[in-house]
Amino acid sequence: MSQNAVAPRPTLAVAGLSKNYDKRRVVGPLDFSLEAGSVTGLLGGNGAGKTTTIGMVMGLIEPTQGSVHAFGCDMSRERYGALGRMNFESPYVDMPHRLTVRQNLRVFGMLYDVADLDAKIEQLAKDLALGDFLDRQTGRLSAGQKTRVAIAKSLINDPQLLLLDEPTASLDPDTADWVRTRLEAHRRTHNCAILLASHNMSEVERLCDRVLMLKDGTLVDDDSPASLLARYGRDTLEEVFLDVARGRVEGASA
Amino acid sequence: MNVSFKRIGAMVLRYAYLLRASYTRVLDIIYWPAIQLLTWGFLQTYLVRAGALAAPGGAAQAAGTLIGAILLWDILLRGQQGFCFSFIEELWSRNLPNILMSPLRPAEFVGALVAMSLIRLAVGVLPVTIMAILFFGFNLWALGIAFAAFFVVLMFFAWSIGLFVSGILLRFGLGAENLVWSLMFFVQPLGAVYYPVTTLPNWLQPVSWMLPPTYVFEGLRGVLIDHVIRWDLLTQGFAIDVFLFAAASAAFGLLLKSARRAGSLLQTGE
Repeated sequence: MSQNAVAPRPTLAVAGLSKNYDKRRVVGPLDFSLEAGSVTGLLGGNGAGKTTTIGMVMGLIEPTQGSVHAFGCDMSRERYGALGRMNFESPYVDMPHRLTVRQNLRVFGMLYDVADLDAKIEQLAKDLALGDFLDRQTGRLSAGQKTRVAIAKSLINDPQLLLLDEPTASLDPDTADWVRTRLEAHRRTHNCAILLASHNMSEVERLCDRVLMLKDGTLVDDDSPASLLARYGRDTLEEVFLDVARGRVEGASA
Repeated sequence: MNVSFKRIGAMVLRYAYLLRASYTRVLDIIYWPAIQLLTWGFLQTYLVRAGALAAPGGAAQAAGTLIGAILLWDILLRGQQGFCFSFIEELWSRNLPNILMSPLRPAEFVGALVAMSLIRLAVGVLPVTIMAILFFGFNLWALGIAFAAFFVVLMFFAWSIGLFVSGILLRFGLGAENLVWSLMFFVQPLGAVYYPVTTLPNWLQPVSWMLPPTYVFEGLRGVLIDHVIRWDLLTQGFAIDVFLFAAASAAFGLLLKSARRAGSLLQTGE
């Protein structure tokens, strides 16, 4: 490799990111980056700061300090340079209930300027098995169906950066497994970087090649699932999660 | 600024789908303006017959000013509510983060809300102007260019209030939703809607002249009673509109920034 070779720019670069509410620090400072084609898990207990972190990455929450760059765009000043290449799914967000699934996907497809939108909707309907309820009002769907629709919306613009907050939380094991397969396929075909907040440790072990462990808003560990298991001397990520959550980290030094 | 009419069209389509799927929403748009017109219209008919309305030029003209004022007030009120109702739908459906995370610019969002305000007006107020002809013999459209000028001044004020209220909703969530229904009503006593500005106490009149609708309703009386279009008044009203719209846009931007800082955009309930 040439000495002048420049390292590829990360899809997402987070530097010194922190958030205070009423002078109380809830997140940070956080430093991490996501490479194209990687899947990074964001783990932590309730209130650890996962959703706040994702909110700051999305630009919906203003950091107190630090910066977020997506595709090289500063999300506090140039977010519109990046938003068309990103998308997200969150349990805190719904889609308009009165609109049918097809209407919702059409509206979001237009917002993201998706070419050949009809074909894209048909493809998503096929990939995520939405066909049976494509013309049903979104509000009349089961929780699992709504989650699949939300994932379809998050994939409508073929994002290269995908932020997922508990994407399989309300799905039965079969459907959840099936969604994970679709996410893996999307990662492969679009070289997409995925940031995944989840409490499902088997999901994290399966999908993620790296795990960020948050506790009380700070990053307490950052490694691959295999390395975490080895360093903590555990058989499952769930045991590692419990060690971190309960402060049993003595044997975890790298 | 890179404005996309496709993205504006996407949002208009989203609200059009919603109206198409909800007959109660459409009924609501038509129902209140019609009730307002009939109630006030029959009241003024009674007052004219009882000789209680007297004005330069006679009772018929007084009646014209009252019904004209009712219609223009409804345009103002429904214009603002049409703007805000479309916005608040995003809070009710918990869809706002999807919108704010999409490439849709704030200016495009406002453009879509303005378009929906006009569409809802067309659905709700257009039939009422026809009812005014049929029931009370008053033709708002016969005011011609004057009506067009009144409409522009009123709508810019409606959008300014709508923008400000939407900013408040962004920042404080659905706990502030009553403002959508109530805020515009401060104009009714102060904006010379049903009576001339001179009716107000002297100390209150300067406040009234700070409101663009005052220039419209005074202008309406000028057209119907004195048969002159007061372009001087309408120009002043529009100038205040421009200032207020700029102020409302700045307030919306600040409230959006404040909502981002407070982290309230991800949880936009009460």
